[in-house]
Amino acid sequence: MGLEELVPDGILTTTVEKMVNWARRSSLWPATFGLACCAIEMMATSAARYDLARFGAEVFRASPRQADLMIVAGRVSKKMAPVLKRIYDQMPEPKWVISMGACASCGGIFNNYAIVQGVDTVVPVDVYVPGCPPRPEALIYGIMKLQEKIDNQRLKQPAPVAESEPPPIATETSSASA
Amino acid sequence: MATAISPEFKTITINMGPQHPSTHGVLRLVIELDGETVVSLKPVIGYLHTGMEKTMESKNYHKSITVTDRMDYLSPLGNNMAYVGAVEKLMNLEIPERAQVLRVVLLELTRISSHLVWLGTHAIDLGAMSVFLYCFREREKLLDVNDMISGSRLTPSYFRVGGFFQDVPDAFVPHVSRFLDEFPIALGEYQNLLSKNRIWMKRTIGVGVLSPEQAIDLCVTGPTLRGSGVRYDVRKAQPYSGYETYDFEVPLGRNGDVYDRYLCRIEEMKQSLSIVRQGLDRLRPGSVRSDNPYLFPADRTDVKLNMEELIYHFKIMSEGYSAPPGDAYFAIESPKGELGFYVVSDGGPIPHRTRVRPPSLINLQALEDMCVGRMVADTVACIGSIDIVLGEVDR
Repeated sequence: MGLEELVPDGILTTTVEKMVNWARRSSLWPATFGLACCAIEMMATSAARYDLARFGAEVFRASPRQADLMIVAGRVSKKMAPVLKRIYDQMPEPKWVISMGACASCGGIFNNYAIVQGVDTVVPVDVYVPGCPPRPEALIYGIMKLQEKIDNQRLKQPAPVAESEPPPIATETSSASA
Repeated sequence: MATAISPEFKTITINMGPQHPSTHGVLRLVIELDGETVVSLKPVIGYLHTGMEKTMESKNYHKSITVTDRMDYLSPLGNNMAYVGAVEKLMNLEIPERAQVLRVVLLELTRISSHLVWLGTHAIDLGAMSVFLYCFREREKLLDVNDMISGSRLTPSYFRVGGFFQDVPDAFVPHVSRFLDEFPIALGEYQNLLSKNRIWMKRTIGVGVLSPEQAIDLCVTGPTLRGSGVRYDVRKAQPYSGYETYDFEVPLGRNGDVYDRYLCRIEEMKQSLSIVRQGLDRLRPGSVRSDNPYLFPADRTDVKLNMEELIYHFKIMSEGYSAPPGDAYFAIESPKGELGFYVVSDGGPIPHRTRVRPPSLINLQALEDMCVGRMVADTVACIGSIDIVLGEVDR
């Protein structure tokens, strides 16, 4: 029907936008950013039983320069927050953040002097995964939700990117620990 | 990695971490190098400081159990045991036989699961990726046990002061028995992959040597100490939960290098299997709760029918139970070493102070002695061999 009948077999027509989004969502490269308990579940997600490779997101990169997804897995202490911000800044665009677990999302059971109450005070978060720690299934569901989000991104109006103010926590401690 | 060259241009200082794939968490090391040889090495810790000891000062004894799970998250039940044991010592409680046996079984299963994470990550640091996948394959079966008894894979919080809240489900014993049959085969696989592997032997034999004297001076405990040939195991030295009645060996190393520590932990897993087997044989039906009436809430049906039980339920859930004034120290042999809890009570339902003796923090002090004078690449092997968990180092 229409133009598609004229092109030979084996050729599909699509939009550039759809193809770019398809490429981006099908090969997410997470940065290894394990902090605490959730990191062990993140490892389990990429290991034998749950096999994150099925969703194209198993290539954990040690260098933030090669990664486009940061899975903040675990509690973020006030000493770690400036480091986390710096690693996020080192990742090339486009980039996404998953906040894994209760501690990264809101401080969890540790509402005290040491823990940042939610990593979204430091970097912009795309998907929150609840649980303490979340089961691997929950993390995989979070990654699939992120893929849906990437699918709907527009190329002409890119998602608003983190020109966030440096958080008060980061500036407080950065001189002491950097 | 930031670098700085010293004024004399002789040594170079590099920064490793806190975000680095082989530091097992957020450990930061400041390493001074002469060429590729390590001159000095200083761990910088605190990137995962969680204020757990302080948090425990504001929670009653029961609620603090959940906090201990998140300390050494590779052996959550070990942390439960050490904390619960300290409170039980403070309150002078008798634990029923069935609960004691179940505790030993669960603690040894947790030890195996912790050692499996150590083996997988240690091997991946030294370039053997497939071992990691095989280790996590077996570990999933142990996480299924946690799932079965408590509903949570990683942070069960299953132990209670005075025993357990509820007994294990019926499927527990068959599941563990099946694991006991399957695991020796898997353990053989790991040894086939590593023990006589030429690359593995070259990377580990003679690396990170810790002499027995050094190890004792540094207060190192656990397999890190026993790899140097010092016979000290809390399960033998100060038995708890009936460990004195089980028949097991304490494996010792000879040279105190990374390879000997590896062999020690592999052998420990075999001994743990034997302890679990003995435990399952002893398991007899019975209560898993201490007969102290103030520790556990009333039965749910009674709560719905009787006023007295309802009042009692609210009292125990909101206020908790009190411990007599005094203090108690209780140590267990966690997979990392001697894990102790020191609890001070002023007579109320909330501890006045809780202090932890974390084995990872103290074992970490041995890292400099292991690494100085060797190549910088051996640092990674040494970090893996002391098996630290940063959640426990920083608390």
